[in-house]
Amino acid sequence: MRKVIFLLLTFLLGASALCFAQDPGGAETLAANPSAPVDYVWVLMCGFLVFFMQAGFAMVEAGFCRAKNATNLMAKNVIDFTVASLVFMAIGFALMMGNDYMGLIGTSGWFLRGENYDVGRYLTFFWQLVFAGTAATIVSGAIAERLKFKAYFLYSLAVTALIYPIYGHWVWGGGWLSKLPFGVGHIDFAGSGVVHTVGGIVGLAGALVLGPRFGKFGKDGKPKAIPGHSITLAALGTFILWFGWFGFNPGSTFSAHQLRIAVIAVNTNLAAAAGAAVALLLVFLKTKKWDVGMMLNGCLAGLVAVTAPCAWIEAWAAVAIGSVAGLLVVLGVYFFEGRGIDDPVGAVSVHGLNGVWGLISVGLFADGTYGLGVTDAPLIRGLFYGGGFGQLIAQVIGAAVCVTWAFGLGFIVFKLMDKYFGIRVAPEEELKGLDIIEHGTPAYPNFYTTNQG
Amino acid sequence: MKKIEAVIRVEKLEEVTETLETLHCCPGMMITHIEGHGRQKGLVEQFRGREYKVNFLPKIKIEIIAKDSDTEKIVSSIAKIAKTGEIGDGKIFVYPVEDVLRIRTGEKGEVAV
Repeated sequence: MRKVIFLLLTFLLGASALCFAQDPGGAETLAANPSAPVDYVWVLMCGFLVFFMQAGFAMVEAGFCRAKNATNLMAKNVIDFTVASLVFMAIGFALMMGNDYMGLIGTSGWFLRGENYDVGRYLTFFWQLVFAGTAATIVSGAIAERLKFKAYFLYSLAVTALIYPIYGHWVWGGGWLSKLPFGVGHIDFAGSGVVHTVGGIVGLAGALVLGPRFGKFGKDGKPKAIPGHSITLAALGTFILWFGWFGFNPGSTFSAHQLRIAVIAVNTNLAAAAGAAVALLLVFLKTKKWDVGMMLNGCLAGLVAVTAPCAWIEAWAAVAIGSVAGLLVVLGVYFFEGRGIDDPVGAVSVHGLNGVWGLISVGLFADGTYGLGVTDAPLIRGLFYGGGFGQLIAQVIGAAVCVTWAFGLGFIVFKLMDKYFGIRVAPEEELKGLDIIEHGTPAYPNFYTTNQG
Repeated sequence: MKKIEAVIRVEKLEEVTETLETLHCCPGMMITHIEGHGRQKGLVEQFRGREYKVNFLPKIKIEIIAKDSDTEKIVSSIAKIAKTGEIGDGKIFVYPVEDVLRIRTGEKGEVAV
């Protein structure tokens, strides 16, 4: 086995070294395109904002979970981006954005060597990397408070080396989904499907294999609330994500010369607001309390849903899409809990369910004013703007493929690990909290914390 | 000598302490942050759309050892200040104390209070 890996590595490195280095200094790129700097700065700045979303996820998950697992959640949120950075450089990027093979995978750019030693390719790499990291980190919420750290380490490898980049290639790397013979092919502007559905649905697979936390369901099988330890952190995390999304969506034009960025920013914000408002009001109607936790979920749900359509819709549609997202997230949380699935932060409903809704909404609300990241034809037009069913069909197929792929592979990865070493911590460790036994470090050593449940 | 044990609302502690100081008959006091419930049996709270019951609510327990002659004054002062008239105001218990010993001087009985 080791020999095979060694040979494979030698082959990959050797093969890529033969290729010609393009423009690692950047001078030729600048000479050929004097207005490149504004695009580079735009994409990098937005990429940095997307990176900052890692902090947002870490805070949301910590806030929604108990203090006894906060160290573990921080560890998971750091390790997934660490693993993503290294693995995506080695394998993921080549599989996703390399030269296409049969519409299935990319096949060049391993270890960013050879012709990929180029400012333009590095820019693309950085952008795709922060997205891969986002997809990976979504999962930690759904499997929180009971998954072994070792299992999370290996899961991060699988998602950033295979699950994310291969599906990403199908949509963004010139793969088969982008060439479907309906509409203009399956499209996903900033990744409702590629990033969020993949993350949310892999999280669902993980939560199913793991089973619920102790105390989540009563002896009668009825779900119980396990309150998180800090709504303050959860709200801070949501604000950070909302802010980061202004990089995630507008940056996906990959060019500051696309002035559509203004429309995208407005749509992104409106959907977040609509999602938050609808989720808040829905829970108020049910319990007569202004539920902040669900409002935060609703805000994120709106953001996830508008991620795919944000470049192709107008303001009212963003509000409509966000409102439906707010409804879906509330129904989703009750639905999954009602079926014995324990998702401590609501990641499956926020990212999985609303990622699918985002993909489908493109086929409904796209208004025919903007094309595939450019202002030229083909312009994207959905059902409500006289575009017929073509685009909608492409969106539904893409969403179905995304869910099947993410759930199938996610389930296999978690099930395999569970068979070999068991992915769930021991019961006494779960009750004590993962911080002390897995990491040796309580998150709040100088504070009095209570261990409820 | 008596031991006065008062369970009061957290937000009433400051006012009770100030009042007891003005009485000049209350040499020392101990407080503990406790959780508990009375006849009302806790509260219903809510997290991400789901309600749950909190069986024990935070309260403050004050313990004071007083001379027999001062006990009534202290008890009635605490009761007056801690009262809001709503459920959850708390209770006051009074116990006899057999002996007191001041460790520094070795004094015993009422002089040690």
